[in-house]
Amino acid sequence: MTQYGLLIDNEYCTGCHSCEVACKNERSLPHGQWGIKVLELGPWKLQDNKHWEYRYIPVPTSSCDLCEDRVAAGEKPSCVHHCLASAMEYGTLESLAAKMAEKGKMASIFIP
Amino acid sequence: MPTLHFNEHASPAMAELDDGTKVYRTCSAGIGCHNLGCGLKVFVKDGKLVKVEGDEENPISKGRLCVRCLTAKEYYYHEDRILHPMKRAREDRGKDAWERISWDEALDTIIDRYRETVDAYGIGAVSVWCGTGREASQIHFQMANDVFGTVNAVHPNSGWSCIVPRMAAMLWTMGSSYIEADNSIGFPDRYDDPRWVCPNYMLVWGRDPLRSNPDGLFGHSIVEMMKLGMKLIVADPRVNWLATRAEVHLQLRPGTDGALALGLLNVVIEEDLYDHGFVDAWCYGFEQLAERVKEYPVDKVAAITEVDAEDIRAAARCIAQSPSTLSMGLAVDQNPNTLQIGHALLSLFAITGSMDVPGGCFMGIPPIFAGMAENAPTEEGEGEPEGLALYGNIGVEPLGHDRYPAMSAIVNTTHPDATLDVLETNVPYKIRFAYVFGHNAISCMVPQPKRWLEAMRKIDFVAVADLFMTPTIMGVADIVLPAATFFEKEGYVSNNNASQPGQMGAIIPVLEPRGECRADLEIMLELHRRLYPNSAKPGWASPADFIDSQLGKMRDVDASYEDLCEHVIGQYEIEYKKYEKGLLRADGTPGFNTPTGRIELYSTVLQNLGDDPLPYYIEPKFSAVSRPDLAAEYPLTVTTGGRRFTSFHSENRQIETLREIHPWPTVQIHPDTAADYGISEGSWVYVENHLGKVKMRAHLTPIVKGGVVNCDHGWWLPEADPENLYDVFQVNVNQLIPHEENGPLGFGTHYKSMPCKIYRADES
Repeated sequence: MTQYGLLIDNEYCTGCHSCEVACKNERSLPHGQWGIKVLELGPWKLQDNKHWEYRYIPVPTSSCDLCEDRVAAGEKPSCVHHCLASAMEYGTLESLAAKMAEKGKMASIFIP
Repeated sequence: MPTLHFNEHASPAMAELDDGTKVYRTCSAGIGCHNLGCGLKVFVKDGKLVKVEGDEENPISKGRLCVRCLTAKEYYYHEDRILHPMKRAREDRGKDAWERISWDEALDTIIDRYRETVDAYGIGAVSVWCGTGREASQIHFQMANDVFGTVNAVHPNSGWSCIVPRMAAMLWTMGSSYIEADNSIGFPDRYDDPRWVCPNYMLVWGRDPLRSNPDGLFGHSIVEMMKLGMKLIVADPRVNWLATRAEVHLQLRPGTDGALALGLLNVVIEEDLYDHGFVDAWCYGFEQLAERVKEYPVDKVAAITEVDAEDIRAAARCIAQSPSTLSMGLAVDQNPNTLQIGHALLSLFAITGSMDVPGGCFMGIPPIFAGMAENAPTEEGEGEPEGLALYGNIGVEPLGHDRYPAMSAIVNTTHPDATLDVLETNVPYKIRFAYVFGHNAISCMVPQPKRWLEAMRKIDFVAVADLFMTPTIMGVADIVLPAATFFEKEGYVSNNNASQPGQMGAIIPVLEPRGECRADLEIMLELHRRLYPNSAKPGWASPADFIDSQLGKMRDVDASYEDLCEHVIGQYEIEYKKYEKGLLRADGTPGFNTPTGRIELYSTVLQNLGDDPLPYYIEPKFSAVSRPDLAAEYPLTVTTGGRRFTSFHSENRQIETLREIHPWPTVQIHPDTAADYGISEGSWVYVENHLGKVKMRAHLTPIVKGGVVNCDHGWWLPEADPENLYDVFQVNVNQLIPHEENGPLGFGTHYKSMPCKIYRADES
């Protein structure tokens, strides 16, 4: 069976929380629960004393069904649709892995 | 010439789903934002709002939405919304003693009190106030003039420290109404349009556009351009997300922007990195500027700003690679050195050949600013005199312009700080009547809010229209009117009233108003009808009629409100290199709209206004350098005004989902500084200086410099006691900001460079 997932571009995810709230709306989740949550890596300054490690990593939770109903209706998952940085993509793991390889850095793929 | 495009293949403005749900397309306009016009699809079933999603067919937002629009349903249905007009006895100001009244009683009371005031004390006693950014600010100045007949429009932001100083620098020195980073916002194909060129570099200066979406700029368009290869230089005391992706981050000491900008100019001129052809053909005063920047050698600037000299040189060499572009933000305004910072930065992009070229700094055309060019007296022969004309107020200057005459050359409001002096002293006269549009002054914007609260309480009668109860309404109002959200009203969105290219869209009423709420515009038209029943003035019969007349004033916008509603969103395109084509000047000749017809590196306007015609540096007045006495007790520096995704200034504080993401007023402290004071993550601390103190939760982060703390602004706690004004004076950082410490011409103040100390709240 073909598996689907989310490709996140961690170079450009700006930590805007839109995925979190778009998902909450879609899944009608109560306060304290999230279908996707933005985690923060860093910030810390690298040893060259110039550059920074600072990235946001949205992680789908067990409440995520990759917006099965939306996708069936030909739409994108709500998080992908609303992502301000257009840093999320939905697709088969195969196609996402190819895109991740093409990107070559600062990317992650999640299966909820 | 400018052109308005509609996408003729877009979906209809309303579609019906199989289950009877209607899906309306519309544009947003705060709830919690500037008038950006992000595209929305609003799902409505049986008159109820089901959900809000982003409209993929909006050419700018492209389906994306920020968390403030994503929580719009929570906002629309929020139990705290004001739904009916209410009144309260004047002696009950500050008490939760509201009584529901009818619209008729509310409007009659406002008109009676207005007429009594004018009859007994003259029109000068009338004032009309507004906050920032939202749709009502588009009509604020005009309604003060045309409905209330007063020149005393009030926007009480100390030194008018938001957009107006930058606009003054743009208009006076470059001859353009507004200058913004070129993000190809006017072309239907956006970045694919062959006329557009991706900037080599963007200099982001004192701005966090991803969060603030400032004044018509969709912040994440910067990320789009980064993906296309644009590189960043960031000047900011904080390491914001953009700074971590920048080629060079200039982490300057707060408030030293003027020195840094002059240092960049020094490098560009000393190293001969400027565009000789452009300077010779189009600039005025280059030799004088070159002479001036010799006073700011890089090593001296590095010492003033605490930025590494090599970083200053590296940044200047990048910026000089035309086309490069500038995105300068509020930090430029919130500094008494504001005009010089703006002048220096714009000059930097002018002499390096990036002004009004593809991928450079886009120069706007007139009209100048939302509402600013209006101020329209009733034309003679158009029936009975109204507004300013009725009261002989045409040409009369607002309060404070005698003290700061330069104000009259850029904005027709009172001088903000002078307004407080007038309220406190009743000199030259007492203000007795105030109508306030969506403005929570006591939580946001005004420095020294306790003084402003007491001063506003001296006004005999105050009416406020807003969406939610606020500390300001609770503190000072006698009448409160329920305002409508963009779901419930007619309106339009444009990029700086079409002086810049970009969005031209419709705000379409898609839901019945909750309770008895009404649009600000509708309230103004109704007051106008009651005050001038025989008026034959065109454009005042209905909101659509008024919007049509506004659109008609924009250059080459051949569209009505009905057209906008049919297409929902269009784009307005303006040409590049307008100075070569005679499109910037009223006389139609090539050149720039300045007295010399050139970009004035040496500003004849500033000279005529009594300021130095060349940019210079002013050390922040309360810094450790200027005031070692203060630094002994208050060794740290506090900056304010940093933006969050979860709020627009003081708005959205009652939205639970947003409070879940960012629950408390927060002070960012460097871990080393926190360790010095025994402060741990999440603990409550006081931030205090000689003017006041505020209580916030500590967040330890290396994105602020050691010795600098950054406080959230615009906080109040809707869940707290209304009669304690929602704890606003515990959490409003503006208590640490001084009154009337403005620049020489009356602009800017120290919102971002005050001394402070911090200590744990449990030790106090």
